[in-house]
Amino acid sequence: MISSNSEIILSIEGLHASVEDQEILHGVNLLVREGEIHAIMGRNGSGKSTLSKVIAGHPSYKVLSGSIQFNGTNILDLAPEERARIGIFLGFQYPVEIPGVSNLEFLRVATNSRRKQLLKTELDTFEFEDLVKERLKIVEMDAAFLERSVNEGFSGGEKKRNEILQMALLEPVISILDETDSGLDIDALRIVASGINRLSQPNSATILITHYQRLLNEITPDFVHIMADGKIIKTGNKELAIDLEKSGYDFIDKNIKDKEMAK
Amino acid sequence: MTSTNTVEEIVSQPYKYGFVTEIETEKIPKGLNQDVIRLISTKKNEPEFLLKFRLRAYEQWLKMKEPDWSGLTYSKVDYQDLVYYAAPKQDIKKKSLDEVDPKLLETFDKLGIPLSEQKRLSNVAVDAVFDSVSIATTYKEKLAEHGVIFCSISEAISEYPDLIEKYMGTVVPINDNFFAALNSAVFSDGSFVYIPKGVECPMELSSYFRINSGDTGQFERTLIIAEESSSVSYLEGCTAPMFDTNTLHAAVVELIALDKASIKYSTVQNWYAGNEEGVGGIYNFVTKRGECRGKKSKISWSQVETGSAITWKYPSCVLQGDNSIGEFYSIALTNNFQEADTGTKMIHIGKNTKSKIVSKGISAGHSKNSYRGLVSISPNAEGSRNYSQCDSMLIGDKASANTYPYIQSKQPQSNIEHEASTCRISEDQLFYLQSRGIDFEESVSMLISGFCSDVFNELPMEFASEADKLLALKLEGSVG
Repeated sequence: MISSNSEIILSIEGLHASVEDQEILHGVNLLVREGEIHAIMGRNGSGKSTLSKVIAGHPSYKVLSGSIQFNGTNILDLAPEERARIGIFLGFQYPVEIPGVSNLEFLRVATNSRRKQLLKTELDTFEFEDLVKERLKIVEMDAAFLERSVNEGFSGGEKKRNEILQMALLEPVISILDETDSGLDIDALRIVASGINRLSQPNSATILITHYQRLLNEITPDFVHIMADGKIIKTGNKELAIDLEKSGYDFIDKNIKDKEMAK
Repeated sequence: MTSTNTVEEIVSQPYKYGFVTEIETEKIPKGLNQDVIRLISTKKNEPEFLLKFRLRAYEQWLKMKEPDWSGLTYSKVDYQDLVYYAAPKQDIKKKSLDEVDPKLLETFDKLGIPLSEQKRLSNVAVDAVFDSVSIATTYKEKLAEHGVIFCSISEAISEYPDLIEKYMGTVVPINDNFFAALNSAVFSDGSFVYIPKGVECPMELSSYFRINSGDTGQFERTLIIAEESSSVSYLEGCTAPMFDTNTLHAAVVELIALDKASIKYSTVQNWYAGNEEGVGGIYNFVTKRGECRGKKSKISWSQVETGSAITWKYPSCVLQGDNSIGEFYSIALTNNFQEADTGTKMIHIGKNTKSKIVSKGISAGHSKNSYRGLVSISPNAEGSRNYSQCDSMLIGDKASANTYPYIQSKQPQSNIEHEASTCRISEDQLFYLQSRGIDFEESVSMLISGFCSDVFNELPMEFASEADKLLALKLEGSVG
């Protein structure tokens, strides 16, 4: 079990954020320490994906108030690439296709930008190929994927595996995986989940954003948060996810109603 | 053409070819008339037939009007205010490189085109043209062993007058258009290539054009002849100093491919484009055309157009021989106040002729970038096929992109496909790259390279990476 005096990696307080002038997050609080795995669950539109994009610094999302601290420093003024270099990784729900850009070259440039930050030597094409071939095993991907354009013509499962491959190369401090399980068949889910498990380190942390319990059968979370209407309304352990699976999201509605009644 | 420069070096200097070489230049007085044409011809010691060719062209030119259909906006050129011949002071072309003015060699060194024996590129033969004259051609002897002729057009006129008389002006007639007529009257130098029957040219051939004088028009003329079953790959590069006046560059390029011959012609055009307010820069009004005269011949144009204030060029293929193939691969990038109107003409005359057009236009700043292309299929061109793909990318909200495809088919048994698209750099793609630690500028240039990759794949290898860097450099600061 995680001791409460582990170092805090991510601290979010009172976060309000909007996209296209519409406020989506209405005061999110979240504390993530080293070694922890958090699951954030909730319905479509509850603000889960928005939260992940705000942490990664998507330019369309505006922070209205509140703070996000990473390793004790405010990151709200950092560009997305700067956040990535210090170790914040977002695994996309829908990874975009980038025609004409070689996956191998993309992965190499990305990896080197992180290595540079870590004061490690940058890798040339040959050195990088050795590294990437080793990391490919984690996601059971064929080297042929490297020769293609980034995500272009990849199946849903292949795109998600390519995301985990990026995570394996960038060695982030915190990984936020947005619905990495969606659209995966059982085998792909198992590969992706085992990849995530293998990559988790005592000094890193993971946030899994998911609809379903099934990913959590493969990866055991230390905390489960339920999001509704732009806030985390309930936090518990993995039992909470199981309860949720049993009683469905109506259970959240009831929860909200009870709170309103109490007012 | 080597890629020794680091990206940082390039990025720190927006136009690093903008210097002027201080060299004593012999110029004739400004203005154009019959006497000027006679003077040019005398200076170049030309045979009578060529003087007549020039004078006929001049007569035609006087009757012609400068075209205005392109919609390009530029201040009209005063043709009497230009110098039509400028040459660095030295005796007519030197036999050996050791005799060339060191300042000129230094200039080409600075441009990344070393000419001296020790430093020259190992697999590319270069013809270096400075203002109106060719100053040196490398590897001539080695090429001669294979029967390949590669020299300046002036030298070809005196050494191989029969070939010149037989072919010059047969692809682009002297009265083809206003600028071609002007070129035919006053052309100064350029390159000549002759590949004999059955010879595969053993190395890449390349011409490098340098404008140095501010008030001199550059009118170069290139002629490439590929005899039966021969092949050649030719590269062309261009730069000019930064002047706040406009300089006219009106070239004519003619390619002739006989039976089963193949010519690949690549251009990286990086003339000075003017400053950020659109002052100065080269007017690049060029006529380039190739004729696939023989059966199963092939002509392939690839161009990366990043420079010039105004670009007006349509490298074309006339597909006469049955089963001949024409290709056009183009990247045109405009920034600030640049305007480009470029594309191709594919004229299908022979049976089962095929053509392919891939055009990528990128417009940034306040620039205008148009693709204009003609696909024409004549009644006899049974079984002919064309495929065209024209993609435009807009950067910022002040640039414009247009596509004008003209299609004329008089042959029902032919097949023409045209695809066109316009896009902006997608925010999601940018964010994806940035969220992997790749900075904004580099993400943009990656997306642009990706957008252009179909064309990059067609360029000779060393050239492609150079062209890629050139694009990144040209867009410096234009995004965001």
